[in-house]
Amino acid sequence: MKPFTYHRASTLTDRPAGATIIAGGTNLLDLMKHEVMTPKALVDITALDLNRIEAHGDGLRIGALVRNSDLAADPVIRRDYPLLSRALLAGASGQLRNMATTGGNLMQRTRCPYFYDTRMPCNKREPGSGCAAIGGVNRNHAILGASPACIATYPGDMAVALRALDAEVEIESPAPRQVPLSEFYRLPADTPDVETVMRPGEIITAVLLPAPAGGQQRYRKVRDRASYAFALVSVAAIIGMENNRIAHAALAFGGVAAKPWRDPGAEALLIGQEPSDTLFGRAADLILQSAGGYGGNDFKIPLLRRTLIATLRDATGMEATA
Amino acid sequence: MQISLSVNGTSHELTLDPRTTLLDALRQHLGLTGTKKGCDHGQCGACTVLLDGRRVSACLTLACMVQDQPVTTIEGLGTPEALSPLQQQFLDHDGFQCGYCTPGQICSATAMLKEIAAGWPSHASADLTGPIALTHAEIAERMSGNLCRCAAYANIVDAIRQAAGAQGDAA
Ligand SMILES: Cc1cc2nc3c(=O)[nH]c(=O)nc-3n(C[C@H](O)[C@H](O)[C@H](O)COP(=O)(O)OP(=O)(O)OC[C@H]3O[C@@H](n4cnc5c(N)ncnc54)[C@H](O)[C@@H]3O)c2cc1C
Ligand code: SF4
Ligand code: FES
Ligand code: FES
Repeated sequence: MKPFTYHRASTLTDRPAGATIIAGGTNLLDLMKHEVMTPKALVDITALDLNRIEAHGDGLRIGALVRNSDLAADPVIRRDYPLLSRALLAGASGQLRNMATTGGNLMQRTRCPYFYDTRMPCNKREPGSGCAAIGGVNRNHAILGASPACIATYPGDMAVALRALDAEVEIESPAPRQVPLSEFYRLPADTPDVETVMRPGEIITAVLLPAPAGGQQRYRKVRDRASYAFALVSVAAIIGMENNRIAHAALAFGGVAAKPWRDPGAEALLIGQEPSDTLFGRAADLILQSAGGYGGNDFKIPLLRRTLIATLRDATGMEATA
Repeated sequence: MQISLSVNGTSHELTLDPRTTLLDALRQHLGLTGTKKGCDHGQCGACTVLLDGRRVSACLTLACMVQDQPVTTIEGLGTPEALSPLQQQFLDHDGFQCGYCTPGQICSATAMLKEIAAGWPSHASADLTGPIALTHAEIAERMSGNLCRCAAYANIVDAIRQAAGAQGDAA
């Protein structure tokens, strides 16, 4: 690890210019040990008063320092936003969820192995150096929204649920601004080093949830082992049924792009229809219309299709297939 | 920098580089080598300690960030003369082979049983708001952050279930 200065912030603005924020440290310290991130100054924000979950209009305001474990176990979240609890509980481990914060979780970096390996070319780590994953080992890489500069995925689970829940991110900039989750992450294009709309010096203060969506909520995560592994593909689904027809649908996908993926066209296709495998297959076709694999991750295309169909069968009350 | 750490009920004043993790502070500066270093990257759970009673990975924690929170290590849970209930059950059930992961397993399980008592659901819970049965699947899921290279998992789960029963949280 490269040397750094350490400062513990006592107010939101008590942050030295240029200092990198550390919260739970579970992603940043890992990257600093690999010298993928080499901040000269750290500002520890854990003493700030950002750890409450409180009412906000018809919804909730989740402070940026609320730990993943506390958020998943919160009685109101469990009752009104079960999708969020489920996504959090599907991520990392008991130890890490106790440390990981809401803000840090949103900002976690990709798990592309070449991003972690400072001897390899990587446009995200070192703009202009190339992308070792294209033509390399790319099992965990993107099938949607990738670019010739970078095919990395956003690896987190929580943000996938937040995308389906239409959450917003509250940022202190220094004037507060709110960014819908749909606009928070950026696709790589030719600047994969720019991952979000966050500007230097800004800090996430909260995540805002709208009124509870109701319906059936599911988070289905497919991974290489049953627990404690990142998603190969995940699906967050909120489905409302009326008279055996789909009245409301929100679907977000993890592990497949540089941001939680959502396709309004596929949701519109489901509305007003009776659930059936044919219908679900058509929705999958629409979502996967622009999908492409890079060799090692080709399997994610049929995997996303099957995972979506299984999730929709479950959420619409169709009998699950074996 | 000057750092004060409260470990197993004793305060310590240390002069440490800000880069020092809680794990290295415990092992190298306080001589508390019960806490183990497996991966040093948050992936194995060998370094699990209790921070304010909650389980965390000491390898991804900076010592300077936890100065106001009490730390409990395996040495603070029990002694050879007075084992904690979980320590006793790990012995009784052969919950280890080489023993390298064991301090992390026991610290993790100690906090995990409190999480169950507090009603925290897990990925394995069918119902997010219902009572939690201490099934094999629940324990395995909740302990997935602690890897065991010797694969003593079956006995680890038995030890934990027995200890939970002994505390009144029957299986
Ligand atoms: C072994 C392992 C397995 C994991 N498995 C999963 C998994 O299955 N699913 C999953 O979703 N995640 C997983 N994670 C990732 C984990 O969820 C993240 O590391 C964690 O959520 C990051 O939160 P943190 O508070 O520790 O962030 P930190 O490490 O403190 O910070 C991460 C980044 O966010 C920035 N940051 C932090 N807070 C703020 C803020 N308030 N405003 C602006 N910027 C901020 C920091 O500057 C840094 O760049 C895993 C991690 C490990 C080590
Ligand atoms: S996929 Fe992105 S993160 Fe991975 S090597 Fe290529 S540029 Fe780097
Ligand atoms: S040494 Fe900390 S998790 Fe492996
Ligand atoms: S007993 Fe050897 S690693 Fe678990």
